[in-house]
Amino acid sequence: MSRSYSYDTWNRDRVQRMLFGIARPVVIGVLLLWVILPFYYMVLLSFMPIESLLRDPGRLWITPDEFTLSTYEKVLRSVQDGGQGFGSFLANSGVVSISSVLLALAIAIPGAYAVARLEFFGRRKVNALFVATYLFPAIVLAIPLFVLFTRLGLRGSLVGLVLVYIAQTVPVAVYMLRNYFETVPVSIEESARLDGLGTFGTLWRITLPLSLPSIMATGLFVFMIAWNEFLFALLFLVDRRESWTVSLGLAQLSGSIEVPTTILMAGSVVITLPVIILFFATERLLTGGLTAGAEKG
Amino acid sequence: MSPTLLIILVVVVFPLLWSILISFQELKLIQIGRANPFAPLTLDNFRLVLRSGALWSSLWTSAVYTFGSVVVTTVIGMVAALAVRKPFPGRTFVRAAFLLPYVAPVVAVTFVWKIMLNPEFGIVNEFGQRWLGWSEPIPFLTQSRGIWDLFGLQIPVPTALLTVILFEGWRYFPFAFLFLMARLEGLSSEPEEAALVDGATPWQSFRYILLPQLAPVLTVLVLLRTIWTFNDFDDIFLLTGGAAGTQVASVRIYELLTVQRNVGAASAQSLVLALVLILLLGIYVTVLRRRGERV
Repeated sequence: MSRSYSYDTWNRDRVQRMLFGIARPVVIGVLLLWVILPFYYMVLLSFMPIESLLRDPGRLWITPDEFTLSTYEKVLRSVQDGGQGFGSFLANSGVVSISSVLLALAIAIPGAYAVARLEFFGRRKVNALFVATYLFPAIVLAIPLFVLFTRLGLRGSLVGLVLVYIAQTVPVAVYMLRNYFETVPVSIEESARLDGLGTFGTLWRITLPLSLPSIMATGLFVFMIAWNEFLFALLFLVDRRESWTVSLGLAQLSGSIEVPTTILMAGSVVITLPVIILFFATERLLTGGLTAGAEKG
Repeated sequence: MSPTLLIILVVVVFPLLWSILISFQELKLIQIGRANPFAPLTLDNFRLVLRSGALWSSLWTSAVYTFGSVVVTTVIGMVAALAVRKPFPGRTFVRAAFLLPYVAPVVAVTFVWKIMLNPEFGIVNEFGQRWLGWSEPIPFLTQSRGIWDLFGLQIPVPTALLTVILFEGWRYFPFAFLFLMARLEGLSSEPEEAALVDGATPWQSFRYILLPQLAPVLTVLVLLRTIWTFNDFDDIFLLTGGAAGTQVASVRIYELLTVQRNVGAASAQSLVLALVLILLLGIYVTVLRRRGERV
């Protein structure tokens, strides 16, 4: 009885090991294909004239004689020159994203430092507030901000958008930076104090240089949120084409049937590339920063 | 008073309170330039919103969409994290590639999906008709209810809703993947080695050794993904515009605001959405506490 039982589990073990052994590369292959295919298709169509797509839609390759760069030229050129104006969308998004990063960091660094180091009233309550930011849909906060910005005349301006992005990213930025600040040994700071540095001197000369990887990761996170954001751009800027960001521009143009798909694919590539390049350049920093809390379990 | 707290108060707490106030006032989009915080209070917005069947159906759609998306993203994220756990050539590349859908702009990826799923010249329908024997193209994003013919059985399927859930799986599995991978790397291999010596099969080792150790991360993941998916606007709005049985609550709020131009009703509905979410999370946390988990 016991022999047949052990034989049975041994057998099952072997079958499972074989199955998992085969399944692993298959799973990796299928997932990789599934993830890459839309991006591959995006790039493929962006180099194709629209006639080729409509003539033979089922293809996953491109012949050398139909290869074209005119899609990129058309999408980037300004409207006056017969293009789609993605050049100015890129400029708008660049200004908005970079200002958001700088301002969010300027607010989050002292804030995170205070939360990590200084004991002050209501520290736990601040944590609860951060969580609360995420409980309410962006659209709940969007309505009063929409009213407020309309009254202040900020609707339709990029300044208003930057304010919203700061609001959305500062809580996470504080959370990410705080986790890192807490790993900087207090003893280093204490010796800096003994050598005569004040609170801000210590932060500026000692803690910040030590936390540079984490600060870069946080900055990139803010950049990606600001670059990719859609809802607030839609609510605040939709009436003013000259202020459109990349996301809003692509969404608005893809809603109309006048602009050929392949030209918009070129636009998609153009707006996706900056984030992906930044992401790959700094992947290690970013993933480490975001999951710092998770590793502690 | 820390500056961070001040910012949070100004950009989160204050708008939230104002939003509550607006939901009790009559405010149309056209009057927005003269919006008066001291306008008389009324329950009309809540009466309008709660009495319309659209509220409840949109909340139900949100719930189904959230449940489906969270399950799909977590399962795929888990499978992916386990698959790349042991070193193999090209592992760094594969791990980075898996994160692509999550970092790319949502507008760009929804656009590509829409083109690929297009019934007229989309590659998926071309492929299906040429190689899988589909008799006609499937309108993935515009059909609310299709009939799936399975060996003579006519199974009704919510085509568009399933498609957006599948898209969510594609776009957000990297998030689960990232967190689970980080946790897996931090685990000690000793319990698994001991289980191996004791004759545990791979499945048993996963079920009784790995899964319990991953439980805390899974709890947080499910919590975060539920909150974000329930409030999600971009993905559905960009894929279907809320048509074909995919009108989730946040898309309906947007329509109340911009199509019906009723700011008060939009506020009221967004508060109902937030309350339902808080209720759901309360239940989730209570259930977990009952089962003895630390939340």
